[in-house]
Amino acid sequence: MSNEEIRIGVFICHCGTNIGGFVDVPAVTEYVKSLPDVVYVTENLYTCAEDGLSNIRGTIKEHNLNRVVVASCTPRTHAPLFQSTCESAGLNKYLFTFVNLREHCSWVHMKEKDKATEKAKELVRMGVARVRLLKPQEEARIEVESSALVIGGGVAGMSAAISIADMGFPVTLVEREAELGGFVRNLGCLWQGRQDPIEALQPMISKVTEHRNIDLCLNSEMLTADGFIGNFDITIDTKDGQVSKKVGTIVVATGALEYLPEGFYGYETYDNVVTLTEFEILAKNNKLPKVSSIAFIQCVGSRGQDKTYCSRICCNVAIKNAINLADNWKNMLGLEGEEGEAVEAIPVEKKAPEEVLERRRSRRRGRRGGREEGEGEEAPAARKEKLDIAIFNRDIMSYGVEHELNFNKAREKHIRFVRYTPTNKPKVLLQDGKLVIDYWHETLQLQRQMPVDMVVLSTPLIGQPDSRVLSKMLKVPIGQEGFFLEAHVKLRPVDFATDGIFVAGTCRGPADIPEAVSQGLAAASRAAIPLARGYVQPETLTAFVQEDICTGCGTCIEVCPYSAIRKNEDDIAEVIVAACKGCGCCGATCPEGAIMMSHYTDEQLLAEAKAALQEVLQ
Amino acid sequence: MSDFEPKIVAFLCNWCSYAGADLAGVSRYQYPTNTRSVRVMCSTRVSSHIVLELLKEGADGVMITGCHIGDCHYMSGNYYTEKRVAMMKKLLELAGMDPNRVRLEWVSASEGEKFANVVTDFVNQIKELGPSPVRKDDKLMNRLEAATEAAKYFRLKVLNGKDIKLTEKGNVYGDILDSGEFDKLMENAAEDEFLRSLILQLTKDEAFSVKELAKEIGKSTEETLEHIVSLRSKNLLALDRIDDMTPRYKAILVGGA
Repeated sequence: MSNEEIRIGVFICHCGTNIGGFVDVPAVTEYVKSLPDVVYVTENLYTCAEDGLSNIRGTIKEHNLNRVVVASCTPRTHAPLFQSTCESAGLNKYLFTFVNLREHCSWVHMKEKDKATEKAKELVRMGVARVRLLKPQEEARIEVESSALVIGGGVAGMSAAISIADMGFPVTLVEREAELGGFVRNLGCLWQGRQDPIEALQPMISKVTEHRNIDLCLNSEMLTADGFIGNFDITIDTKDGQVSKKVGTIVVATGALEYLPEGFYGYETYDNVVTLTEFEILAKNNKLPKVSSIAFIQCVGSRGQDKTYCSRICCNVAIKNAINLADNWKNMLGLEGEEGEAVEAIPVEKKAPEEVLERRRSRRRGRRGGREEGEGEEAPAARKEKLDIAIFNRDIMSYGVEHELNFNKAREKHIRFVRYTPTNKPKVLLQDGKLVIDYWHETLQLQRQMPVDMVVLSTPLIGQPDSRVLSKMLKVPIGQEGFFLEAHVKLRPVDFATDGIFVAGTCRGPADIPEAVSQGLAAASRAAIPLARGYVQPETLTAFVQEDICTGCGTCIEVCPYSAIRKNEDDIAEVIVAACKGCGCCGATCPEGAIMMSHYTDEQLLAEAKAALQEVLQ
Repeated sequence: MSDFEPKIVAFLCNWCSYAGADLAGVSRYQYPTNTRSVRVMCSTRVSSHIVLELLKEGADGVMITGCHIGDCHYMSGNYYTEKRVAMMKKLLELAGMDPNRVRLEWVSASEGEKFANVVTDFVNQIKELGPSPVRKDDKLMNRLEAATEAAKYFRLKVLNGKDIKLTEKGNVYGDILDSGEFDKLMENAAEDEFLRSLILQLTKDEAFSVKELAKEIGKSTEETLEHIVSLRSKNLLALDRIDDMTPRYKAILVGGA
């Protein structure tokens, strides 16, 4: 191969007018003809269209090309297409280089055609310099253990486990709590009406517990995980001691917690101020206080306050609860009928039952309002025939097909929607022992006060505080907001960048039940692909060790985020190809320069970058 | 000055910054045409010597962009990049080149506008600094060469690689260095290694006395002698001859050059 004459074909794309309109493509083409080893150059209107692709295939054969450069859009979306085109013409896909003339040139230099054309020429020159040095790579086949691990027994995890198990692969489901169900166990009801979530989930729970392909480990936690796609060695701490297993793929579905609004709206100070989730738990246990008015405040701690994101589900959940209260408040508040238990007030220090409290940080006991405990309950006498409900919001985001109708329905039921702006937030005050919401009325342009008996704060879902442990164990990233980070926000929503590990449910961001289920099913189908195929062929963008140079100092083992390097019997570093993701950290830190990155060698990178400086050199 | 169009090489990590640059394109944020992007899988791939090499070749500036700290696709890659770039800047400073010719920026996949702004800003900064002086300044070229050699050298690379271990997990005795202490250590090491590389650079063709070397590298004779002793003990420098009581040293060339 090394002595073979290099024959490069360059395919330059107009992308309609996307490139052609802002870069003089014929001039670039003319220029590229002068570059060394380039034997064929052409322009296409759309290189990615069928005629463009068949042109590549035909030319590779006709001109006996052994290197291909496509100068068009971004490799992030189109490299796989052109690589497979090269392969179908018998050219190793690693002998291909992509040059980005659209996102990195024509679209960002739309008013400077001459300069953009110069840049385009140089970008192609850099691509040609790189492609000359590329080497063909063979992808190794690695056998796969045909079983999966699902971490987390909420709706996402259960959906994933059942789906993989139904496909015929053994699944281990690890759940930290004593029961399946996850966050949904907190909820008072699933949607309007009073369907008990646990009752609704029961078929799913039974299926998990009875499935012959599912090994359910309750009260269990992950201890260690090593290995790589197809061959993960895991140990689980179960109530019956430690269990070691080998699995092929892993689905992470560890769920979320609710944010505690410490410092917001008198949450730590006043009675009857609870979070949305606490409200759900109280409703579930029929422990709501006997109130005659109730206000929800949306976006507490989210959207640019403590957390930057929108938790998405809270608008719909608040509307659900408001409608339920409007329809069924006498029962829900325990005023009549067989349901409900009369509770007078939800004190500061014990808003939620033990089941939730123990999971939380102990809360600082704040000042109590003007009221002594157990005193001053004159509300029942003045009880009205209607419960006053208000939802304070920045804007209602009732996303989803049916939810806008519920928003309308809530308004028909005379639930008040009061808008506020982030700069002028409502305040919760205690006046004469009674909660009052002091707010700016946008329409009337007046400062108003609304007395309420109970305030429900819609706080966002947050990532599990201990996800870092799992993140380190599995070598999967956590984003700035504390949720797990998928491989690609749009195109690979349930994959982790680490091969063979997938993510589903609220551990990667707030989601409602149908979304969590869809993600669970999606992750299951992704996780089952290597299991069904029986082998994997990892991309060979990996590190390799030049054994005669390596001194076995172990620095690479230290820096490798994937534990993809170990010492072999000669005490020399050895790369585990299946686990290596090719980041290059080891290569850049290897004190002896013994580690090279295949496809991204120093030589290749320098050749590419130096080609940009050619004018300077002359 | 006004028609100076700098040549800037920009390394973009595949997962965040390249995608951020793509987004800048999709959103049509306009920026100057001076950057030439090189895609790498992770910013951590960019070894110091690659950057220094490019500056030696006449690049007016080198930009390295990666995912924000904490968002690295490879978890800790960009942490090492950050430390490595600090070291590169230190070496540039020692070599006598403006460290502002190298810039590290975090650009996420959603920060198209930031990418455009960062490029615009860097281009303006380089325009202000003017064309790279290396091609007209042999002495600077020699010093940059020494910086490149130092960057490739075992000690600096191993320190970079052991950063997280030494500042978080501790050494074999369980001692944990605080990161300020570590950075200081790194800086001193960079200076030592740069000076030693410079001595080797200077003595490649000609034998120098301690005094001459001290003058060349701008250090006291005592300090210079320490470096000479260290280099001799590593078999990199040898006594060439004694001219009238004055010993003169010359680099030992490896690889038969």
